[in-house]
Amino acid sequence: MLEKVILAGLGGQGMMLLGRLIAHALMLEGKNVTFFPSYGTEVRGGTAYYHLTVSEEEIFSPVIEEADALIMMNLPSYIKFKDFLKPDSKLFLNSSMIDKIDNETNVDIYRIPATKIANDIGNIVASNMVMLGAYNEVKNLVSIPVFLSCLKNVLSGRKEPFYEVNKLAIERGAEFVRNIKR
Amino acid sequence: MTLTEKNKKYLLTGNEACAEAAIQAGCRFYYGYPITPQNEILTHMTIRMPQVGGTSIQVESELAAINMVYGSAAAGARAMTSSSSPGISLKQEGISYLAGSELPCVIVNIQRGGPGLGDISPSQADYFQAVKGGGHGDYHTIVLAPSSVQEMADLVFDAFDLADCYRNPVMILADAQLGQMMEPVVFNKKYEPVLSKKDWALTGADGRERNIVKSFYSVKGELEEFNAKLQKKYRQIKAEEVRYEETNTEDADIVLVAYGTSARICKEFLNKNQSLNVKVGLIRPITLWPFPSDVIQKISERAQAILTVEMSAGQMVEDVRLSVSGRCPVHFYGRTGGGIPTPKEILKKISEIVSVKEKVTCTT
Repeated sequence: MLEKVILAGLGGQGMMLLGRLIAHALMLEGKNVTFFPSYGTEVRGGTAYYHLTVSEEEIFSPVIEEADALIMMNLPSYIKFKDFLKPDSKLFLNSSMIDKIDNETNVDIYRIPATKIANDIGNIVASNMVMLGAYNEVKNLVSIPVFLSCLKNVLSGRKEPFYEVNKLAIERGAEFVRNIKR
Repeated sequence: MTLTEKNKKYLLTGNEACAEAAIQAGCRFYYGYPITPQNEILTHMTIRMPQVGGTSIQVESELAAINMVYGSAAAGARAMTSSSSPGISLKQEGISYLAGSELPCVIVNIQRGGPGLGDISPSQADYFQAVKGGGHGDYHTIVLAPSSVQEMADLVFDAFDLADCYRNPVMILADAQLGQMMEPVVFNKKYEPVLSKKDWALTGADGRERNIVKSFYSVKGELEEFNAKLQKKYRQIKAEEVRYEETNTEDADIVLVAYGTSARICKEFLNKNQSLNVKVGLIRPITLWPFPSDVIQKISERAQAILTVEMSAGQMVEDVRLSVSGRCPVHFYGRTGGGIPTPKEILKKISEIVSVKEKVTCTT
């Protein structure tokens, strides 16, 4: 098993947190993980991107040349990373913020209105979790209970009230993809 | 944040793993000045040092940091400083003084692009500075080059032991990629290291002869004698502390030589290209000084060619060429200024050296 995912979005859309939590959950499940964040001069409004590699074997290069999946939260992210898609890979788009894309023929495309879904359930910031729900419904990579336990550690203390809406966001993302499939 | 549970996996950046390992290795004095991409070391130290009764100071400059390390080391404590390339340049005078005073300490360089202020992306262009001195005088620092977050932690423990054992500064030479990326780490090493007896340290001369820590010799002949002693120590380190990792070198036609992040890319290349008509192996130096010359020499006697891969314009390749001494051709592939070599580029370079094709399995 080898999965290379690039997550990217606007600074503030929660891709760092999402990638780190997926990496943490998979580590707890005994997988090898390498998570390489963009760092330094990223600013609010800029594109923040993250390379996540998961494997049962040793992970060599931490840099992704060809991705198995892209999770793209806005248009500049898609434009920046579309060439990383390899044949038969999966493209997860936050369709609330990405309207037009190239004529991608060799990849499976999932358009999830993540920002809208998150907003509808009461917290626009949870759009990252909607994308996780959708991604994982297709890929079945992470154990959701393990992921939720990692999320609970992050959303402790004064952030605890946000746990339920994040959990719901994951469910809504998964549900949305199940409905497309049918 | 406490990270002291044994056998438990933590998901940490290379920087955090480096700082935590130092604390668990008994480092109680850390001095740092912020610079990307190593700031997480300073941050982690600032949080953790007070929890273990240690001292972490964000000082006014890199010069202050390295000279405070000198002070702590002279008093017999385990001390560390860290920075990234431009900051390490500023520390060079202090490192020469530490080597000249035979003071054990650990210096971490999370390299970024240069020269000058450069940029903040990964680089291996400080190799010359790290292994050839950097400061003035005939001295060497022991240089350790991790290639994963786990190895970063493990080598920091070893760095403190080597520093104490040889009374010599030890440098961890990593890069922005290793500093910033997160991987699982297990801290399995001993928590309370047996600190070697430092009877030379400045601990108060009550009831004993006074100790003097210095790198200044004014009497004619004394300095030459001291240099001879240093060189004897360096010969011993060269004889006993060389470390490297070999992958598929036994019957390789082409042998890659790469360290740190470049070595990870080379391993990806080996893994992806197992069905080529040329056999490719890898030597990954773990100690950059002392350099694994002997093994490279041996390999050069049977390999067709050696290819050194670096994130620089060609620095370690000079030590490879010295080791090979013309026994086989030594080629170089490098990227600079934040560029990271890719497996595809390595394949292209190899096919320039020899004719490369996929092995075709015929079925009749």
